[in-house]
Amino acid sequence: MSDITKQSLSELVENIKSKKLSSSEVTKAFVERSEKSKELNAYITEDYANALNKAKKFDEKPNLDLKLPGIPMAVKDLFCTRDLRTTAGSKILNNFVPTYESTVTQNIWNEGAILMGKLNCDEFAMGSSNETSFFGNVQNPIDKNLVPGGSSGGSSSAVAAQLTPITIGTDTGGSIRQPASFTGTVGLKPTYGSCSRYGIVAFASSLDQAGPMAQNVKDCALLQEVISTYDEKDSTSIDFKRNEYSKELTKDIKGKKIGIPKEYRVDGMPKEIEDLWKKGIEYAKDCGAEIIDISLPHTNYALPTYYIVAPAEASSNLARYDGVKYGFRAEGENLIDMYEKTRSEGFGAEVQRRIMIGTYVLSSGYYDAYYLKAQKVRKLIKNDFDDAYKKVDAILTPSTPSSAFKIGEKTNDPVSMYLNDIFTVPVNLAGLPGISIPAGHDAKGYPLGLQIIGKAFDEQNILNIAYAMEEKINFKNNITDWWIK
Amino acid sequence: MSIDLKTIKHISKLSRISVDEKKAEKLAGDLNSIFDFIEKLNELKTDNVEPLTSVAETTLKLRSDEVKSKNLRDQVIKNSPKENEDYFVVPKVIE
Repeated sequence: MSDITKQSLSELVENIKSKKLSSSEVTKAFVERSEKSKELNAYITEDYANALNKAKKFDEKPNLDLKLPGIPMAVKDLFCTRDLRTTAGSKILNNFVPTYESTVTQNIWNEGAILMGKLNCDEFAMGSSNETSFFGNVQNPIDKNLVPGGSSGGSSSAVAAQLTPITIGTDTGGSIRQPASFTGTVGLKPTYGSCSRYGIVAFASSLDQAGPMAQNVKDCALLQEVISTYDEKDSTSIDFKRNEYSKELTKDIKGKKIGIPKEYRVDGMPKEIEDLWKKGIEYAKDCGAEIIDISLPHTNYALPTYYIVAPAEASSNLARYDGVKYGFRAEGENLIDMYEKTRSEGFGAEVQRRIMIGTYVLSSGYYDAYYLKAQKVRKLIKNDFDDAYKKVDAILTPSTPSSAFKIGEKTNDPVSMYLNDIFTVPVNLAGLPGISIPAGHDAKGYPLGLQIIGKAFDEQNILNIAYAMEEKINFKNNITDWWIK
Repeated sequence: MSIDLKTIKHISKLSRISVDEKKAEKLAGDLNSIFDFIEKLNELKTDNVEPLTSVAETTLKLRSDEVKSKNLRDQVIKNSPKENEDYFVVPKVIE
């Protein structure tokens, strides 16, 4: 089979299970394509030789009952991988080699998958374009000099370019769904507490969630089934009954009530996005869903709330990088000088900016005015969703307010960069699951995504809606392999 | 509200991130535009709203107090930039 890398995860699993393909053949195909794709800069650390060895070992004694038998996979470099460098896209962790494995990646290896390498991301997942990475920009395979979104930009680029059959990202304010939307791929942010945060480099602990990024909804459901487990090593992991998402996947969504929130019609939203949303509503109706107008009145306050809560938590989480226990150290004249130089030289500009915002809003005299205020507004945002879900089963919105933009276009204006996450951030603040599916193209031919938001722990329902709509939309990604050497 | 250079210096000290004059000016500009954006929250009256501290409506689980991982010294020390056998080494603190 010559076009192994064009196959979906589900096809590859089937072909390995029926012995039409070996893990070695599949791994070799993805390694070779990854090696020809250096211009995308999707990888921070490659582990190809080990991957090929593991594939060979798998083939010697294949366990074909596993869910991901001998499937090669690269993962976002925010997941700690034992004995393989984990940088979080930062200079400060440039030489960090974990001695333990994150629960989410361990779940993946337990089902037979093989690690190929670590994928680029914004530094500590702080960014919407992958431009804050210490390891440089990532190219979007859709077009040259186009951002792949962020922070899981290496992940979205690698899945869209078929360097890996599937991958995982993390989503604190949109970091799975926005890059999926920018690259014509599918990305799921699960309910807070669904996937363990153990071993994931922390950004904002009350918002961070890991999730799958895939070429289609079925693959996404399969990986979600693998990564979502209760874990006592994460005190916020929730012990609820998880579905077998891929087995229970159905296109029958007749009678499902889907809400359309009027507040998501934001000022200055391009007509293309408005049109895409209208088309999405028609697709949902065609699938038998009932459309209901709803209101989420505090939507406009979600981003300002997020830019208090997330930096506050980040400033606290990132206090651990002090040049003493691990990571980069700059020499100083005394202990304090060493701390200050280490953090000033080790963190990039966006991370420093967010640490400073977070420190300020938590500092004496400002805590009530900012942090406490934001927590109260967060409650109002969550109440909006609770009220809406008395009337509907899910909510349909655009994933992003625009298609992918050019590298460098927004780097000088932090607020305009933050506005990218306007439709995704409320979902994190309320701890809900959300999925982005590709739904069309803009005039430039760049992909656009639609987001389906669910009730807490109702991943199955939004996967089903996405699965049904995916068939009606019949999206095709225009990828020309322009970067292949 | 306006964040001046003196405030930037104060936050930088609290954050343990050194900033020179040029960087302080850039940060002041950035932070002011971000805080202008954040000020929007003041439009809302929230006097009677309970703050949301966790989206997960469960109480934290208790577990038995037993050691599950031991003999991790080598692993803990492994990534340190500077160590001396069993210790992390830092610049001299006591004169």
